[in-house]
Parts: sequence; C-alpha cells; structure tokens
Amino acid sequence: MQPANNTQYAIETRNLSIFYGEFEAVTNVNLQIEKQKITAIIGPSGCGKSTLLRAFNRMNDFVPTSHVRGEILLQGTNLYGKEIDPVEVRRRIGMVFQKPNPFPKSIYENIAWGARINGYKGNMDELVEQSLRAAALWDEVKDKLKQSAYALSGGQQQRLCIARTIAIQPEIILMDEPASALDPIATLKIEELMQELKRNYTIIIVTHNMQQAARVSDYTAMMMLHGDTRSGTVIEYDRTDVIFTRPKDKRTEDYVTGRFG
Amino acid sequence: MTTKISSLAAPNWAAQLRKKARWGESAIEASLFAVGILTILITLAITIVLGDQALLFFAEPEVNLQEFFLTTSWQPQIGDFGIWALVSATLTTSAIAILVALPLGLSAAIYLSEYAKPRARAVLKPILETLAGIPTVVYGYFALLFVSPIVRNLVGVEKVGVYNMLSAGLVMGIMILPLIASISEDALSAVPNSLREGAYAMGATKFEVSSQVLVPAALSGIGASVIVGISRAVGETMIVAIASGAGPKFSFNPLDAAETMTGHIARISGGDLPYGTVDYTSLFAIALMLFLVTLILNLISQWIVTKFREQYE
Repeated sequence: MQPANNTQYAIETRNLSIFYGEFEAVTNVNLQIEKQKITAIIGPSGCGKSTLLRAFNRMNDFVPTSHVRGEILLQGTNLYGKEIDPVEVRRRIGMVFQKPNPFPKSIYENIAWGARINGYKGNMDELVEQSLRAAALWDEVKDKLKQSAYALSGGQQQRLCIARTIAIQPEIILMDEPASALDPIATLKIEELMQELKRNYTIIIVTHNMQQAARVSDYTAMMMLHGDTRSGTVIEYDRTDVIFTRPKDKRTEDYVTGRFG
Repeated sequence: MTTKISSLAAPNWAAQLRKKARWGESAIEASLFAVGILTILITLAITIVLGDQALLFFAEPEVNLQEFFLTTSWQPQIGDFGIWALVSATLTTSAIAILVALPLGLSAAIYLSEYAKPRARAVLKPILETLAGIPTVVYGYFALLFVSPIVRNLVGVEKVGVYNMLSAGLVMGIMILPLIASISEDALSAVPNSLREGAYAMGATKFEVSSQVLVPAALSGIGASVIVGISRAVGETMIVAIASGAGPKFSFNPLDAAETMTGHIARISGGDLPYGTVDYTSLFAIALMLFLVTLILNLISQWIVTKFREQYE
C-alpha cells in the first residue's frame, strides 16, 4: 500500500530550511540518510548542526518560534505534515544528548519508564537486561539495578541513556555530540557501541570532533555558515572516506585538514 | 621615560602585599552579624517568655502534665486542661486545608510551569499571588457566610451547624493554595531543561513528562511547599476563630464545631483576662504546644520527603 516503504533511505530531507522566528538558521538541506549506517554531521560551531539534528525528531518544536519549510520524510511520510503527532515521531526517532541526562529514578526504572509509557506489555526484566546488554552496560550494573542512575559515572550514564533509547526500539537514533562530555576511555566505549548498534539501527551523529567522525561514520555531511546570511547549510555530503581524503569542496578540505574551524 | 619606569620597578613587595585595614568591610561584617544575632535573640526571647509563663501554668496545683497531654477535655472553669480538645481541631482543619491545597496547588504549579503559554502565565501568576494577599479576616467571613451555607445545604442543615471545621479547613486550603503553587512552580521550573528534553525524546506526552519525571525531580521543593503550607495552616488564627466554632471540643469529625489552639488563644486573650490566673498562664502552655505541633508536623513532612527521594537519588 505504501510504496514509500521500499525507499532505500532511512530518512531524507527535501529542501529543508529551519527558522527561529524570522531568522533562517538552516537553509535548503537535501540529505538521504542510509539505513543501518552511521552518518556524521560535522562543521564549525554555530553552523546549525544541532538545529538540523533536532529537526529530525521535532525537538525544535519546543522553541516557540521555530518552524520549517520543506520536508523530512521518514519512509515517505513527511514528519512535518499537519496530521503528524510529534510524540509518535519521537517514539520512532530516539535521541541521545550531549550531556548524559538520566531520569531521577533507579537504573531499572530509567529503562522501564520509556517502554512502559509507550505501551510495552512484555517481560520488563527481560527488556531491561536486553537493553543494558545492547548498550554494553549490563555487566557493570546488573547487581545494582535498584540504585539511582546518578550513582553511575558520566560514561555509564551516557550508555544508560543509549540503553533507554534502545528499549523503545526506534528506527533511528540521533546523537548530539554524545561523547563531548566524556573522557577518552568512555568516548571509546561509546564509539565501539555505535558500531554494534548500527547492525540494527540507523544512527545520525553530530560531532565537532573530526577524528571521531572519521573513525565512526560511514557517511559525512559537512555543514558551513553562509557568510552573508549567517545561515547554515550542507555544503558537501558523501562517504566519509571521500570527505576526509578527497573532498570536492575547497572549504571542506580546509576544515577537515584543520586549516580553520 | 624608560628610566623612570625602571626606577619605579624596584618595588618593596613586602610593603605592597601587607594587609590593609578595610574599615568599610569590617563595619559591614559587624552589622550583618548583629542583625543575624538579633533574629536569634528575638526567637529566644519569645521562647523564654512562653516557657516562663507555661512553667507557671504547669506549677498550678490543679494542673499536671499527664492530664495536659493525655486527656481530651479543656474546661478551665472546672479545672479540665486536656490539650487534645484543642489539638484535635487544629489537626483536623490543617489536614483538610492540605488535602485541598496540595492537589490544587500542585496542579496549578504544573500548569504554570509546563503548560501555560508565556502570555497566560503573565496574567495568571499575579492573580494567584493576589489570592495570597487577601486578609485572613476576609477569608474567615468567606468561610462563615459563603462556604458554610453551601456545606450545610450539601450535607444537611440538621447534621452540621453554622460553625464547622470543614468550612474553615476548606477556606484555609484556598488560603495556602497560592503558597504551595508558587513554591512548587519554582521547584518545577528549576528542573534542568535537559531532563525535560530527555523525557520528551522518549516519546512521552506532556502529562507523562510532568507527572512522572519533573514532579519526582522537583520533590524536595514540592515537599518544602507542603511544610510551609502546614506551618501556615497550623498557625492560622482568623479563619478558624471566625468559622470553626468557639468552644473546645475533642473531635476529628469535620462537620463538628470545634476550637483550634490558635482560635482559643485569640478568643480568650481578647477578653478581660486577669493577669496571673490559670486561664492566663494556660494560653502560654497552648502556645508552646502550638510550637511543638508545628515542629512535629514539619519533621514528619521532611521525613516523608527524604524517604521518597531516596528511591530516586
């Protein structure tokens, strides 16, 4: 019935522009995000990376004046259509934030809560264990599931946030600089985890760390601020090895080789 | 020019770094200290006056501690001094007030903090705070002349009198509602936005986020609002003096007329009470008891809050 289901892309944007009031923060983005791959969005500070990422699960809705022009298609359905419920969008497109933000609940409840509000009827203990295993956290917390999530280290908290996202089985996981608040060892764990996760999930990650983008991602979108309008846009989008070894745009080359930004 | 600078650049470091006398700083520190001490002294003075007179009361031959704390009839004319006759009315009216104010106040707080558009908030919050500015004597007559007739009509005129604890308690609840709403709203607004975003990103609705993530996160602030509300209700005098009834009665039935500790003090001390009599000193004993009840209720609510919080943090 829905030919759109056959689309080869997990999600795509068409002529997407994002506004805060009058101000056009992101201009005319066309991206096709591949299924079960990791796509990195890189670019200098303030170029609209996070704004673009947050458009995918309609988190920008919480900024009162924000609105978009163009479309974001999830399997052919425009997420900004009039009949679309943002709550349902977020249930299918999960998000991991820059700073770990576990709920003020036990480790167990942090996982169970999202599943429960989304109507999960199965065995909760099993789901909690599966999700924690999938987030490579089970062995570290299995004996203290009833303890507060705040007792965990920053890296563990971030993996807990990934676990709670996995527990509601989204189609896509958005990650907004998920390792920027973590030490190198915790960062490495998150990056290893991402490689595991992409077997089942499509991941879009915003990062200001170019080495990280080069290490973990399959595709990279390079964003840049337009000098006159102060509006960001994607200037180049390609396989990550292409972006980092033979970019077509001179600005991309300058950025990835560290000449500015 | 350069020679001048080099001549300046042979500083006497020990002299330059020596402690300076900053008289203004010392004066400020001293006056702040004095003000701090003053508040403590005032509290102490009140306690001493209360304690001193209360001791005289307990020293009376017709009074004994056991009777005071364990019996339920307060009739000074015949030498009955059972404080429970007054405590029961205080507890009943305060409980009704909290039962009204907590759910309504918390709902209002959630609405203002999470649902209301900035414009609605800008209108509603000042109105809510006006409610806190209404003189309690007005609330008292509101209870007696408006709420009490409604209660009597609903329950039955023969079952409940003009003066009853229910009307007084309900209106007292309305009085402390803005207090609870305002403090709880501050607590909810102070929850970091990252927590809100995290919850919304799980596909939660606004109500799920508010009730299951933000309220638990703001629990200590909400608990504080309840503590302040209880203290206010226990200490409130005018509403209960007007609407709750003028006569001690041991009863936890909201439909009964009964006098609270504060109501009793207000009524008795308003009359021509001879100095040094048992009636006179008994007021101080009641006031001391009021201190005690407030303290105990505060400790209980604090305990509840910590106990709840341990599950989360």
